[in-house]
Amino acid sequence: MKMPLNWAKEFAKFDCTPREYAERMTMSGSKVETYESEADSIKNVVVGKVLSIVPHPDSDHMVITQIDIGQGEPVQIVTGANNLKVGDLVPAALHKSLLPGGKEIRKGKLRGVESNGMLCSLSELGLTINDFPNAVEDGILVLDEEVAPGTPAVQALGMDDVSVEFEITPNRPDCLSVRGLARETAATFGVPFVDHTPEVKAGHGDVNSLLKVRIENPDLCYRYVGAVVENVRVKPSPRWMRERLRMCGVRPINNLVDITNYVMLEYGQPMHCFDYRYVNGGEIIVRNAKAGEEIQTLDGVDRTLSEEMLIIADQKGPIAVAGVMGGEFSGVYEDTTTIVFESAMFNGPSVRTTAKKLGMRTEASGRYEKGLDPNGCLTCLQRALELVQLLDAGDVVNGVVDVWTHKREERRILLRPAVINKLLGTNLTKEEMVEILLPLNFQMDGDEVVIPSNRWDMERDCDIAEEIARFVGYNKMPSTVMRGVAEARPTPRQIFTEKMMNSLVGYGFYECETFSFYSRKAFDMICLPENHPLRNAVVISNPLGEDTSIMRTTALPSVLDVVARNYNARAAECPVFEYATEYTPNQDPEKLPIESEKVVLAAYGSNWDYLAVKGVVEQLLSTAGITGWQIRRNTTGNTWHPGRTADIYLPVYDQKRNLVGEIHLATIGEIHPSVLANYGIKPRVVAADISLDALFENRGGTAQFQPLPKHPASTRDLALVANMDVAASEIAARIEKGAGKILESLSLFDVYTGDKIEQGKKSLAYNLVLRASDRTLTDEECDNAVKKILKNLEEIGVVLRS
Amino acid sequence: MKQALETIRRTADELIAAAADERVVDELRVRFLGKKGELTAILKQMGKLSAEERPVVGALANEIREQITEHIAQRTKQLANAALEKRLEAETIDVTLPGNRPAQGMRHPFEQVLGELKQIFLGMGFDVVSGPEIEYDHYNFEMLNMPKSHPARDTQDTFYITENMLLRTQTSPMQIRTMEAQKPPIRIICPGRVYRSDAVDATHSPIFHQIEGLVVDKDITFSDLKGTLEVFIKKLYGEDTKVRFRPHHFPYTEPSAEMDMSCFKCGGKGCSMCKGEGWIEILGCGMVHPKVLENCGIDPEVYSGYAFGIGLERITMMRYGIDDMRLLYENDLRFLRQFK
Repeated sequence: MKMPLNWAKEFAKFDCTPREYAERMTMSGSKVETYESEADSIKNVVVGKVLSIVPHPDSDHMVITQIDIGQGEPVQIVTGANNLKVGDLVPAALHKSLLPGGKEIRKGKLRGVESNGMLCSLSELGLTINDFPNAVEDGILVLDEEVAPGTPAVQALGMDDVSVEFEITPNRPDCLSVRGLARETAATFGVPFVDHTPEVKAGHGDVNSLLKVRIENPDLCYRYVGAVVENVRVKPSPRWMRERLRMCGVRPINNLVDITNYVMLEYGQPMHCFDYRYVNGGEIIVRNAKAGEEIQTLDGVDRTLSEEMLIIADQKGPIAVAGVMGGEFSGVYEDTTTIVFESAMFNGPSVRTTAKKLGMRTEASGRYEKGLDPNGCLTCLQRALELVQLLDAGDVVNGVVDVWTHKREERRILLRPAVINKLLGTNLTKEEMVEILLPLNFQMDGDEVVIPSNRWDMERDCDIAEEIARFVGYNKMPSTVMRGVAEARPTPRQIFTEKMMNSLVGYGFYECETFSFYSRKAFDMICLPENHPLRNAVVISNPLGEDTSIMRTTALPSVLDVVARNYNARAAECPVFEYATEYTPNQDPEKLPIESEKVVLAAYGSNWDYLAVKGVVEQLLSTAGITGWQIRRNTTGNTWHPGRTADIYLPVYDQKRNLVGEIHLATIGEIHPSVLANYGIKPRVVAADISLDALFENRGGTAQFQPLPKHPASTRDLALVANMDVAASEIAARIEKGAGKILESLSLFDVYTGDKIEQGKKSLAYNLVLRASDRTLTDEECDNAVKKILKNLEEIGVVLRS
Repeated sequence: MKQALETIRRTADELIAAAADERVVDELRVRFLGKKGELTAILKQMGKLSAEERPVVGALANEIREQITEHIAQRTKQLANAALEKRLEAETIDVTLPGNRPAQGMRHPFEQVLGELKQIFLGMGFDVVSGPEIEYDHYNFEMLNMPKSHPARDTQDTFYITENMLLRTQTSPMQIRTMEAQKPPIRIICPGRVYRSDAVDATHSPIFHQIEGLVVDKDITFSDLKGTLEVFIKKLYGEDTKVRFRPHHFPYTEPSAEMDMSCFKCGGKGCSMCKGEGWIEILGCGMVHPKVLENCGIDPEVYSGYAFGIGLERITMMRYGIDDMRLLYENDLRFLRQFK
């Protein structure tokens, strides 16, 4: 809401700089976004009187003028305009002057003749023909009022006022008006609020003989007040009105339309006027639209209405969408002779829904939807009629038609100073509170606060408390530290998550944050088969675009996007991870989807191959205290490399140690070359998809101390030869089983394939550390263990390398 | 015989002093002191001496043995020291060569700032809670005093899944869920992702992060709200930071406020960062609306509370001087590496 300061001063006499005004209004609750004056962009432009005009010797379209600027010698200015005559008063931009748009004017020579400035047209001053209807559009602006030469042009043209732009919150529709803001201003500056009561002089005839109003749906129309003006004289409105409209950002059109806008800005109540010729039968019917009914709105668009929409109709059909926009034939035209003024109150939510559905939020609908005051409709209409008489815009027909279905009954709130003080932490007396409330138009009746009908945001103690708090000053109120000792700790889950994330960072991974939604194309990018369950995603019904239309069921595409971005930025290596939420639709669509937490990591670069990433995952599992996990090859995927991917899972046993299931912990592997090709990534990328939920649920407890060994260890190295397809995990399992309890640790220190062994075979070299906690192991015990191991291995064709 | 001993003494002294390395010294020890050494050989002839001469020569022989032993020890030490010095010199490296740094990743800047915020609030007794991002309209709006037609819904353009399910526009639903599940006293913060239908640009993103706080107890006042948030902002931005509270409106709080902090760039004089105002808007807050308490079955005549909401993007960008929100979601390593 833009408001010229001088307009507000009609209601409240205050005096301060614009900056101070903005500051104080903001702190009392009417937030000022900006303030500006048109004068700020116009400097050193004065009113000049044309003393003489002679033709330019070297030009057939330019003239040389002598301009009286109120002091010293006249100034010579060359101009190309042809609408000047001696004696005209014109805006003259002198040497070193500034015009809107940052244009600077300096003296110079035009075809050899000195020109000490420029005479200005409307557009050069940032004005239009609507602001000065008597001016010519393509010539110099000639003032039509007597002004002393030398007067600053901004003053002469009414451009020196300051326009303040407020951010009005939805609870205060009363402040979408100069009058409402002036009320706040008066309370803020401690000056009286001087209200204006419209007075309409007696006219002619009787409105009831011309106009009938019928409200068919009183739930959506609380009040409709109509009046008629005959013999309208359509012409430009006076300069003061045009200036005020312009300062509020509203384009002046003609006196009648300007009056409706002026009243809306002054009182906050949208007004409308209809050409009486197009109100068939002289009857206004406020009703719901019929399905499929059509109207062409003032903006020239044909619109199809639906049954829940409220319209203004005549006996033939719709003439306006109630509270939103008028129909095409409902405006004011050059040949209009009789008009109907509307001042009405419609149901806010209904207007909001209609405007939204038709895709046209208007100044009027924006006001109605916040909830206006039906009790104020008549005053606004009277103000409009008063202005008609003031502007001599037509002849007012006596009386109004007022159909009032919902009156706002008086609302009262008991003033409870103790409750308010308790809520605010203040110690104010009842008198101090009343002193704040009265200037805001609240009345006291005993202990009750009587709420004015335009302050329907006031409902209970806390609302009164806010009024008091903002005029005491939020920053003058005490700041206290809460009583009572509260203890807070991170939950086990939060501690666990932090530990996992910090571990990954320690291994060299960078954490990413990506969007939780993406396109369905993401599934194609990772080559997910058509019927894959991950394609079943939560769909956003009103997405910004297809790219962000479904909630991700896997964060892998998001992380691969990051990898691709960094590959394109020529990063030499790219170890990244995201602590990501994935969203799975619930089988019961009425229930919330399932949100699960994952860690998805991916890496490329010389340090990152399959085993490096697998090592990271193994470390994470170890940090999580998870033991007994198993690994198996995963050859199923189209997303993952079928020869370089594994699943890590935790077997689940029942009480009798029977295997009854398994819990998937992670998938580790290289990304399939076809997927990488889709992302345009050349190097091999290894990724891991880790279920943080599963890790947390199966985490180990606090580590328990083991005594340091008292007896020496024995070591044995085993160089083994195995068929290529024998898994290292299988060999390790058999070694562990064969050695039994005395195996302290087992490590694989070499894997060899090549010329020195048979084709189709691989050699694996293990180091075993054997130890017993209660004795020193004999060589015999150790040798026996090795024999058992070798026997176990023989069963799968693994033998000692000769 | 005495003469022979003196010759040994002299020869040994000369040779030990001249020995070039420890191996030579060891050879000399064998030559002179060994079982078959020269000194031993002479001592073996002691029997031929007279009874008077024998103790004298014996003493001399012992003296010489000790002397040679000591000289050998000294020389050995000398040589070892020399050898060590030579080795140390040979081992000299360019200590200014760059070190081999261990790999070290980074938490995302959001998480770093969030971690700090959590610590501050944990220290003030706030538990950290989290909840679903896909929420019921009921929790995101209705329970927060924003029925379906409420105009304030327009300030939070919402992504809907179904008519009753949406992507939460704020983390406030967790306040409701907490109040439903737990009796006062309540002190929580709920950080998390929230969604609003804004196109991506330098200052907007359809996904962003909020941290909301809620306190409900007996005798909680607006002054407590002010005091707590002042402490918070000073802990985050330093003791010199000034704050101010401005009246504002939220449907779920009354009275409501916005909190500004003195511009960290210009200290309040006014600059491009704060658009000349000297203040930067930092969060919204207010006393929990009694309707919200009632909706959760908490009697507003007995209990009161306050709530606040902070935008993590804003705080993160201000902290690191980041001028474009998109960078935070692009995850370019050249960007992420900067926040050590």
